[in-house]
Amino acid sequence: MLKVQGLNVSYGDLQVLWDVSFEVQEGEIVVLLGANGAGKSTALKTISSLVRPTAGSVEFLGARLDQVPSYGVINYGLAHVPEGRRLFSEMTVEENLILGSLTREAKAKRKKTLEWLYEIFPRLKERVKQPAGTLSGGEQQMVAIARGLMSLPKLVMFDEPSLGLAPIMVTEIFKIVEMVNREGMTVLLVEQNVHHTLAMCDRAYVLENGRITLSGTGQEFLNNDHIKEAYLGI
Amino acid sequence: MKRPFGQLFLLFLLLILPLVIREAYYQHLMILVLMWVAIGSGWNLISGFTGQVLFGAAAFFGFGAYTAALLSSKLGLSAWWGLPLGGILSVAIAFPFGWICFRLRGPYFALATLALNEIFRHVATIWESLTDGMIGILVMQTFVSKAPYYYVALAIAVVSIVVIDRVMQSRWGYYFVSIREDQDAAESMGINTLYYKMLSLCISAFLIGITGALYTNYMGFIDPKVVFSLHDISIMAILVGIVGGVGTIYGPLVGAFIMVAVQEIFRSGGFGLLNFIGRSTGWPFMSSITKFVGDAHVLSFGILVIIVILFLPNGVVGDWPVIRKMFVRSKDQAV
Repeated sequence: MLKVQGLNVSYGDLQVLWDVSFEVQEGEIVVLLGANGAGKSTALKTISSLVRPTAGSVEFLGARLDQVPSYGVINYGLAHVPEGRRLFSEMTVEENLILGSLTREAKAKRKKTLEWLYEIFPRLKERVKQPAGTLSGGEQQMVAIARGLMSLPKLVMFDEPSLGLAPIMVTEIFKIVEMVNREGMTVLLVEQNVHHTLAMCDRAYVLENGRITLSGTGQEFLNNDHIKEAYLGI
Repeated sequence: MKRPFGQLFLLFLLLILPLVIREAYYQHLMILVLMWVAIGSGWNLISGFTGQVLFGAAAFFGFGAYTAALLSSKLGLSAWWGLPLGGILSVAIAFPFGWICFRLRGPYFALATLALNEIFRHVATIWESLTDGMIGILVMQTFVSKAPYYYVALAIAVVSIVVIDRVMQSRWGYYFVSIREDQDAAESMGINTLYYKMLSLCISAFLIGITGALYTNYMGFIDPKVVFSLHDISIMAILVGIVGGVGTIYGPLVGAFIMVAVQEIFRSGGFGLLNFIGRSTGWPFMSSITKFVGDAHVLSFGILVIIVILFLPNGVVGDWPVIRKMFVRSKDQAV
């Protein structure tokens, strides 16, 4: 479904990604693991065209996303839930969600999608008219996820959705990610919370210093000595 | 506008104002206020709502002003043609400028607009064969009375506010605010941020450009120092926005009133009060104080901005609930 090949990305003179290749098949949950500064977020930003690669290609359902302007990516059915939530904080929850459904198909089904999302996130329904910036961290993350789902994407990319949340909230967020996957959306997840994610994912890649160093299924990763040592601390 | 009664009442007041207040001086001040409402509204759309700080409103203002003046001095047309044309040509300037400079973000964009302002001022100064440089351009005024200018200024001010109000209630308004809040997120949602920033800038430039053309018609004389002035136009536009309330529809209206009043109080030495004290007491140092105060009106802007940012960071309109609470509480204490 998503095929990233030989990606090189630089910020000015600083090269962040080196020959990064990975794939996401339809219906999967794929996790991109890595320490801080490994280039995980950059990889996602490159996929959604916010950053341009110096070499390599991003192919999504047969289309070359690296040649599409960043505002056009969402039309291909790919949503990006960015790191740090990046809500429109002075707008209400509802306005944030509506801005998530600007594509033609999403606009047509906007009402239905909103109802569906309020069912999943009853807490957001209580706060529809509240400025998004006044919500708690967990609620803001829910808005960010819901905003991403408003476009009814085929593939959702979550960038560290558990960042800075209380443990209870983290569990809930991961439940939501699994639920999103059950609803038929493919998930590409970037995380540092290795325990949780390896248990629920189909496949995983490890990004170290801008290079893919390891790939395999979640179960293989849980038994891998290097992973155990470096990421699970066992 | 769901309940436009308040607005209609205000409009009615403004319509009959020149019939009630016949003194030319106060009519002049009101014309200035109305022009600042239009400029402030234009500034507020691109800077307050879309979040791209415009530090060079004078670039569009002066361009509109010079368009009107040159139509009259070079082509022999009426300078009133400058109103539509000044607006359109300002947009024609805003377009390539935005196309290039909207790749810059935050303070870098603001500095680019400042540069645009300075570039135009220097071009207007140096290109003497066209603009007569520092000598300026004289345009014959059409009316002796102030009232016609007042009504034109009122029309432009009302159109500005109505346009901004309509725009902000439309789809575009949402896009503009989302760009202000988070440009990358807006882009990810499928908003072509470059396009919408350009749209916002072009509407702003149009409103500011028309006002510049009106200025030429009204004042009858322009030179580069006045219409491309950094502190008297560009900074003043920012102050009108900040004092009134960044990102509010009626902020520029309130801000224009306050700023023109402050400017005038300082410039005229407290409406002649200092002069009066000087004359009646005969103190010799009063005349120099009067002169210093007159020169210090720019300083007063600085002090005003500090006060507003400290106590009313959202401006008078944006922080209206805070102001009301202050008064209500003090009333309660009095009782």
